[in-house]
Amino acid sequence: MIKKILITGNEAIAQGALDAGCRFYAGYPITPQNELIGYMAKNMPLASAIPPAHPAGIFIQAESEIAAINMVFGASASGVRAMTSSSSPGISLKQEGISYIAGAELPAVIVNIMRGGPGLGNINPSQADYFQAVKGGGHGDYRLIVFAPGSAQEAYDLTRLSFELADKYRCPAMILGDGILGQMMEPVKFSIPQTRLPEKPWALTGCLGRKPNVAKSFYLREGDLEKSNLRLQKKYSTIESKEQRWQELFLDDAKIVIVAYGTLARVVKSAISRLRAKGKKVGLIRLISLWPFPKKAFAAAAAKKRKYLVVEMSYGQMVEDARLAAAGRAEVDFLGRSGGGVPTEDEIIKKIMRIL
Amino acid sequence: MIERIIIAGSGGQGVMLLGKVIAEAAMRKGCFVTWLPAYGPEVRGGTAHCTVVISDQEIGSPYVNKADTLIILNQPSLDKFKSKLSPKGVLILNASLASSAKLAKIKVFYYPFTDLALKLGNIKIANMVALGCYLADKKLFSLNDIFNVFEFMTQGANSNLVEINKKALQEGAKLKNG
Repeated sequence: MIKKILITGNEAIAQGALDAGCRFYAGYPITPQNELIGYMAKNMPLASAIPPAHPAGIFIQAESEIAAINMVFGASASGVRAMTSSSSPGISLKQEGISYIAGAELPAVIVNIMRGGPGLGNINPSQADYFQAVKGGGHGDYRLIVFAPGSAQEAYDLTRLSFELADKYRCPAMILGDGILGQMMEPVKFSIPQTRLPEKPWALTGCLGRKPNVAKSFYLREGDLEKSNLRLQKKYSTIESKEQRWQELFLDDAKIVIVAYGTLARVVKSAISRLRAKGKKVGLIRLISLWPFPKKAFAAAAAKKRKYLVVEMSYGQMVEDARLAAAGRAEVDFLGRSGGGVPTEDEIIKKIMRIL
Repeated sequence: MIERIIIAGSGGQGVMLLGKVIAEAAMRKGCFVTWLPAYGPEVRGGTAHCTVVISDQEIGSPYVNKADTLIILNQPSLDKFKSKLSPKGVLILNASLASSAKLAKIKVFYYPFTDLALKLGNIKIANMVALGCYLADKKLFSLNDIFNVFEFMTQGANSNLVEINKKALQEGAKLKNG
């Protein structure tokens, strides 16, 4: 039998980072992501060095969220795989640093285990930071690769993938989960830890005997910033074409397709099983990447004249991208709750029955 | 197969741990399982609860609409969750701290788990007495399966801890089996 371990989504993300070769973590506590920082505090200092020239694990409980993201900025510039995590209000504080990291074209992984907002809100699950995650969040024309795990296993797997893609494209990536994902325990199977990491010839490792490297987002000379932006845009368009990820269920005969992500997509799945048992032709597109938004899933589906229903824990954020992806070819209806409210199976079924 | 369980009591009664023991045992049986805690600021004397879903198929919602089993350790939790029990469900109720009066026609196992725990010498193991009672009815796992979980979860702790939990589990199982 495959050995599985029962852990929370928060812990799965932390172990995913360690197995991906992350050797620098800085964070500041906030519910509902505290198991992540706790796991890192315990296990990061035990993590050994990985070639080429990576240090053994460093854990820092920073004095603030802002300090933590800027420590990640520095660590990443030195070539280390680095991560920070927080929950909604803390992620707001990190936005300046995230924009700088994107501008300096450095890899980093940022985890947001969302809670109710706006403001200090509450500690219940939420998906109301969607806009912040996929539309920028900080200032300037930049993007994050954003993944939305739906289970503890996927939290582990997507964290590992985030580090790969962040290095590959030299851009920050985000794991966007909700409080349920962070708190819920499920069996998780770990895969083989990274034993070698990619070379980073751009890293700031001391320039004795070579040309100095520079990591910066500040371009004052006429035309330089525009050039840098164009380079970013080119990278983003590659990511958009190559990194869309989603899961489909019952699309073959579906008259209505529910679009959802994260743990809420699982509530939707249960609702769909009940509807299918009554012979209702309902399908699911579960978004795995939020940016790039899986437009391709809609291109194929829209051709068959389906209706869509977006279900999310916000009052209408992801639905805007779903409508753009459907591009007027299909109706896109919406069901959402926010402020810690989670749409229930019954609510979803009632809504579907009204549309059918 | 799907078994949806809500476990509730007051903070300190070990309802989270009880859920974790069940979840760990389910995983070891090769089942899919989710354990979802109420992670809000639970008030002492109020209710703390967790939800466990066990299935031989991939689990959709970790939330429980109608529970197949309620394990309830105090009165406020009974008041809060009794409407969540499915008509065919089972209620495992702690007679030491809750009353079975005014309950609709449902299957109830009503025993004084806390008093029995005190008799065994540790009030904290009322949760495991309740678990024994539950397993004697649903038979999802053998007592031995749970003993293995105890051994795993108490690695490094003193062995008395395992023994008293085992005893609690056996006492609980005897209640139902007579």
